[in-house]
Amino acid sequence: MFRIITLTAATALALTAGQAMAAEVETEIHDFAFSFEGPFGSFDQMQLQRGLQVYTEICAACHGLEYVAFRNLHDEGGPSLPEDQVRAYAEFYEVFDQSLFDGEGDFRPATPADKFPQSSLSNAPDLSLMAKARAGFHGPYGTGISQLINGMGGAEYIASLLTGYHDEPECALEGAPMDGYYNVAFAAGGFPESCLDEKGKHMVPGSWIAMAPPLYGDDVEYADGHSTDLEHVAEDVAAFLMWTAEPKMMARKQAGLTGVLFLTVLSVLLYLTNKRLWAPHKHKD
Amino acid sequence: MAGIPHDHYEPKSNGEKWLHSRLPIVGLIYDTLMLPTPKNLNWMWIWGIVLTFTLVLQIVTGIVLVMHYVPHVDMAFASVEHIMRNVNGGHMIRYFHQNGASLFFVAVYAHMFRSLYYGSYKAPREVTWIIGMLMYLMMMGTAFMGYVLPWGQMSFHGTAVITGLFGAIPFVGDSVQTWLLGAGAVGQPALNRFFSLHYLLPFVLLGLTIVHIWAFHTTGNNNPTGVEVRRTSKEDAEKDTLPFWPYFVIKDLFALAIILAVFVAVVGFMPNYLGHPDNYIPANALATPSHIVPEWYFLPFYAILRAFTADVWVVQIVQFLSFGIIDAKFFGVLAMFGAIAVMALAPWLDTSTVRSGRYRPMFKWWFWLLVVDFIVLMWVGARPAEFPYDWISLIASAYWFAYFLVILPLLGVIEKPLTPPATIEEDFNAHYAPKAGGATSLVKPAE
Repeated sequence: MFRIITLTAATALALTAGQAMAAEVETEIHDFAFSFEGPFGSFDQMQLQRGLQVYTEICAACHGLEYVAFRNLHDEGGPSLPEDQVRAYAEFYEVFDQSLFDGEGDFRPATPADKFPQSSLSNAPDLSLMAKARAGFHGPYGTGISQLINGMGGAEYIASLLTGYHDEPECALEGAPMDGYYNVAFAAGGFPESCLDEKGKHMVPGSWIAMAPPLYGDDVEYADGHSTDLEHVAEDVAAFLMWTAEPKMMARKQAGLTGVLFLTVLSVLLYLTNKRLWAPHKHKD
Repeated sequence: MAGIPHDHYEPKSNGEKWLHSRLPIVGLIYDTLMLPTPKNLNWMWIWGIVLTFTLVLQIVTGIVLVMHYVPHVDMAFASVEHIMRNVNGGHMIRYFHQNGASLFFVAVYAHMFRSLYYGSYKAPREVTWIIGMLMYLMMMGTAFMGYVLPWGQMSFHGTAVITGLFGAIPFVGDSVQTWLLGAGAVGQPALNRFFSLHYLLPFVLLGLTIVHIWAFHTTGNNNPTGVEVRRTSKEDAEKDTLPFWPYFVIKDLFALAIILAVFVAVVGFMPNYLGHPDNYIPANALATPSHIVPEWYFLPFYAILRAFTADVWVVQIVQFLSFGIIDAKFFGVLAMFGAIAVMALAPWLDTSTVRSGRYRPMFKWWFWLLVVDFIVLMWVGARPAEFPYDWISLIASAYWFAYFLVILPLLGVIEKPLTPPATIEEDFNAHYAPKAGGATSLVKPAE
């Protein structure tokens, strides 16, 4: 369903100076077509709601969203759940409240004003900003043009990671068994020596990640009847995490468009003013 | 004020006379705004306004950000996220401020290379140039310290790398580094003092801006011909110039509006493109990012820093001659600061009698090669330090020094410059010929 363009991020020559070189580790990050990409792209409200469902049923078991408040789920430009649904959703979670029991504190059901809980596993990173803390598809051909037009692509990274679990490559079977799971999109994990060539370069993309594959396909049941195969579920939760990382994206793009239009009109007016002002001195009157 | 002869403010009403005899502030504003400005200035003379605007933009957005930011290692990152999520309009203010730094450096590099091409640094404008270089250094310091404040991974580890440069100074390096950080490692004392200085330095920059403007208002603007405005009489000066207001104000505002349209597009549509994803990960001393890369505007000098490794023979000779005091690391630091120092010395290294590059046929080539060299350095600064990038950065760094230390002094001797026009008026009329039968038809078609 989605276009797959694989890249070799490592040796690619990026045209953009600001972007760091990827590590020596080659990874496979795919170019997913998200609705929010580009200057005019916007979040798909239904997709964000589906992503919230995936997050709630699967990711939230280990990961947290410490910067996101439940009330944000009601915000415009986001999943935009009705207020009563936000309140009901928040009550699923328990938060620790220091003010209860005369300052001793106790757990109580969350309200919309509370934030999502933090990660419950120490090695499970918080997901609030994950979609901005990673870069995505750096193509085509490593030029970074995709990132220039579509955004840095953290959501592409997340979707690629969730779909990037593969059987261990043959070279890995020769050495001692590895901790974790082989993932072609993950760069920062362990790597078996038996998969290094004589120069120390990696012979296979990716590395070994501690997280077990969280999605297999048909992990959730969508109320809107949307497909629940692995790619779609991964896309949905990646889009949701893009929203948690950049909840004001819609407002920002709107402001950008208004600003550009205003300044364009202003430029034309100033151009005409300037032309008329200088005309007598340039002997064009 | 000395300088180009022109009309000065004359107080007319009694109220104006009363104020003028006590504080001639209206006269100062009048003289500043009505400054006679060479009428042949081209579109490369707009960057000063862009820079002034950007400084004000950064100060205004910065003051608002400070109202919500918390300079504490445990709260800094969260407070920035608070700004991005909960403060009204906070995400736009923060993105304007963040990308404003990039706009600042785009403008300052254009401004500097314009000066280098048209010889604006040459006598009598050396002081303007030197003040400008000081402002550039201060800008870099301010930008670096601002990047530390969000307390992300790049903030933290970048601070360790940059303060580590001072640690390379022989004998006193460790003490200097500790003194800069206020501790043995990057932590709360460093964050606090960087915050303090990041707030202070822009106001110093504002003060230097006034001195910078004062200096070139005394000497008058340079212009694309490099020919001075005639000062023999007010009438002669008026043939070469037009008042800053309204002619150049409107022209500059037009250019500023276009540049801001692009800037707002970047802020609105791709605010994180020029940043680094790692800085959205909270600082963690135990996990070092795989590549610590400075922001794009530091990359040329970062490339020079990294170019001089221990296997470069120049480095080895210097290390031998200095009895090992200047090792490769310190050599790199010296080279990086030296690259800016040689630029500051350009007024005394350039021996040519002709000011503007427009009339220097050989200079032109070397100048454009320097521009390409700068872009190559910027590109290679973001590459890993391995073959072939190590060689490219070494060659590009060598050219940077050669341009200032060898080529500029030699060109003045061996180059045969063209003859610039006698007056600015002549140059202007060559572009905008007066109508046939006009009073001053002394011109031939364009160059």
